[in-house]
Amino acid sequence: MLAARALRLVGRRAISTSVCVRGGHGVAKVDDYALPAYFDRRENPLPEIRYVQDLSSEQKSLKEKEKGSWATLSNEEKIALYRISFKQSFAEMNQGSAQWKSVVAGMFFFFGLTGLVVLWQRKFVYGPVPHTFEKEWKEKELQRMLDMRVNPVEGFSSQWDYENKQWKK
Amino acid sequence: MSLVKPAMRGLLGKRLRFHLPIAFALSLVAAAGFKYMVTEPRKQAYAEFYRNYDAAKEFNNMREAGIFESVRPSGE
Repeated sequence: MLAARALRLVGRRAISTSVCVRGGHGVAKVDDYALPAYFDRRENPLPEIRYVQDLSSEQKSLKEKEKGSWATLSNEEKIALYRISFKQSFAEMNQGSAQWKSVVAGMFFFFGLTGLVVLWQRKFVYGPVPHTFEKEWKEKELQRMLDMRVNPVEGFSSQWDYENKQWKK
Repeated sequence: MSLVKPAMRGLLGKRLRFHLPIAFALSLVAAAGFKYMVTEPRKQAYAEFYRNYDAAKEFNNMREAGIFESVRPSGE
């Protein structure tokens, strides 16, 4: 008698789910990020859900009116319906910002900072350059290149005047 | 609220019809420019160089400069 009344109160469907919860593994918890989300994207013009989820009473009455003929809607009502479904219009979401100036400024700042680091490295970290960079060595190297006729057609040796032993004017 | 309905179709075709002829024309200009400003002068330079080129004389000059190991300068 008591059990029958309890059954009528809870309802048959609820009994079966509560049986599941008790006997089986229960209903999985749905994380926030797994639910459909709203976002304004140019590539995805129709998001999965409306922007405004909890409608006020006048918004609800507007939605009821929307079910009828749209010719009866005024322009303000159409805009109100749009704003219920969408957060930003395409014009609003596509407008640029001044963020690029901060980005470029940051870039230049880090270039400068890196330059200072490189200068410090050159002075305090690196050892001396090889002896082949000395002036006398480089002069001998250059003379040998001219003797070997390196790139005589359009390149290095083509600029040297072999008769007068000087660079061509 | 009487905005013009934006173009919904044919967007890629329109872009291609505009950009492809320009792309072809610019490519041809680039190729022609390279041919007549780089390859032709280079061919002329090589022709000039080898027109009166005396290989034996050049070899002797190089030999006297002392860069070869197989033939030392005539003095040594």
